Amino acid sequence: MNKVMIWYGELLSQKSLIKRGLFFLTPGMLWLILFLILPGLILIVVSFAGRGAYGQLVWDFSLENYKRMLGFGIFGWTPDYLIILLRSIWVAVVTTVLSVLLSYPLCFFIAGKPERTRYLWLTIVIIPFWTNMVIRTYAWFLILAPEMPLAKIASWLKIISPGMPLYPSAFAVYLGMISMFLPFVALPLFSSIERLDWTLVEAAQDLYASNVRIFVHAILPQTLPGLSVGVILTLVPAMGMFVVPDLLGGAKYMLVGNLIQQQFGTSRDWAFGATISMCLMVLTMFSLYVYKRKSKGVELL
Amino acid sequence: MRKIRVLVNIVAVFTLFFLYLPLLAVAFFSVNNTKYGLVWKGFTLDWYIKLFHNELILQAAWNTLVLAVVSTIVSTLLGTVLAIGMDRFPWPRRMNTVLDMILHIPVIIPDIIFAAAMVVAFGFLRLLSSMFEPGLINMIIAHITFQTAFVALIVRSRLVSIGKDVEEAARDLHADTPYLLRRVLLPLLTPGIVAGAMLAFTLSLDDFIISFFTAGPDSVTLPLYIFAAVRRTVTPQIHALSTIVLLVTVIMVIGMERFTRNVQVN
Repeated sequence: MNKVMIWYGELLSQKSLIKRGLFFLTPGMLWLILFLILPGLILIVVSFAGRGAYGQLVWDFSLENYKRMLGFGIFGWTPDYLIILLRSIWVAVVTTVLSVLLSYPLCFFIAGKPERTRYLWLTIVIIPFWTNMVIRTYAWFLILAPEMPLAKIASWLKIISPGMPLYPSAFAVYLGMISMFLPFVALPLFSSIERLDWTLVEAAQDLYASNVRIFVHAILPQTLPGLSVGVILTLVPAMGMFVVPDLLGGAKYMLVGNLIQQQFGTSRDWAFGATISMCLMVLTMFSLYVYKRKSKGVELL
Repeated sequence: MRKIRVLVNIVAVFTLFFLYLPLLAVAFFSVNNTKYGLVWKGFTLDWYIKLFHNELILQAAWNTLVLAVVSTIVSTLLGTVLAIGMDRFPWPRRMNTVLDMILHIPVIIPDIIFAAAMVVAFGFLRLLSSMFEPGLINMIIAHITFQTAFVALIVRSRLVSIGKDVEEAARDLHADTPYLLRRVLLPLLTPGIVAGAMLAFTLSLDDFIISFFTAGPDSVTLPLYIFAAVRRTVTPQIHALSTIVLLVTVIMVIGMERFTRNVQVN
């Protein structure tokens, strides 16, 4: 076992190499195991516990929480939680699709700029990406306020009563979500579009392909790596989003994120909160599984 | 084709407008000389001056900075050593896959799940020591955890791109491990480490969800303060605060872009 080997130009025994490697690995891995892996495992265990009268955990391992998630409560079957779950998936999908639709023109626009100014334009997309999500979300309050044109038009169309803001509403949630996640799609997509081989597009044009066919056969396959990264970077966090629905959706448009927050906050039902987190985790894993199958060898970071 | 180009440009400009309009509105109303409503009443910098007399906001800014600096320093150290440990040793394939998966967890899972796991974990740790009451210590630990993964991923990609030639040459010239680290590997890695640290710092400043779940009453950070404030009422003072945060973000993004671009050119 203790054989001598050459590793990075150094002659040493395998045993001492492994010892040294473990020395490097241990601090970081120990930290991640203690504060990432273990808490994750505890969360799984807690999701099977119950809630005591004072919000403490009761160790009565049962599927009660999962049944409750599916709607089997004390008062018979209600689909409330399932609706929230499905709504979260729906909002995430709509957000992703619209972000993709808006990102393509944006990326073509930036890629068409001369090299000198291109990175300036790109920086303009990166800045919202890094701007705090609370600020970006509440900023919509101003745009949707009753004094602003959008709310005036809506009240003129009798959608809302005059003097009322356009939030909280589903519409506001979508606005907030798309503006939040659009850069998540646009930035990875741009890296693909920048490298696009335009000769293929020209070839398709020479062969009288329609614009739709040019996009589907000449552009889409080339941009798929960036697009799939963008989609997964949007879809997964969008399902767990909590700030946007909390500020712009209110109680009318709750998503899974709010539900989890509620359990750890006012309701003080950690076990049920853990259960909802597990459901979100399953959805995340499913999206990643589809992503892995569809796009082999595309790196996330 | 020409028609399409025009359409693409219109949609693109509209999209940029859509991204920036809310932010510009915040900046615009931060210099509006009225406490209530969104009617323009003239230019003022009063709201900015008042910020610096607000004890709560100063405390929140201080907390934000302490959290970001401490967690960045620790996570950069942990992440860099971890990256070297992962990339420079002949681990079996399976082990590599597992390590790789662990690093990707914080990148992939929604923040809120990680935050929930932290709440529960700290709930148990509290039984051992009162150090783990909700507060700055918990926030620092939580931030270090996800930052370490990001730093390790970035430093590792730099390690891969450096390759093994220079290290082999150093070994041929009888460099021992401390010397090799200090004089060869770390200087070569510096751009990766700095990029990782900058990313970690920005992630920490930017984080809301994880802080929200782990914070205590005495450890309010700026994002938490803004969130709590706008849930009550939106005031011009909050606009002023947000505008400052926004400007800091712009400066940091431009700094980061410059840095990574310089590294790529060199």
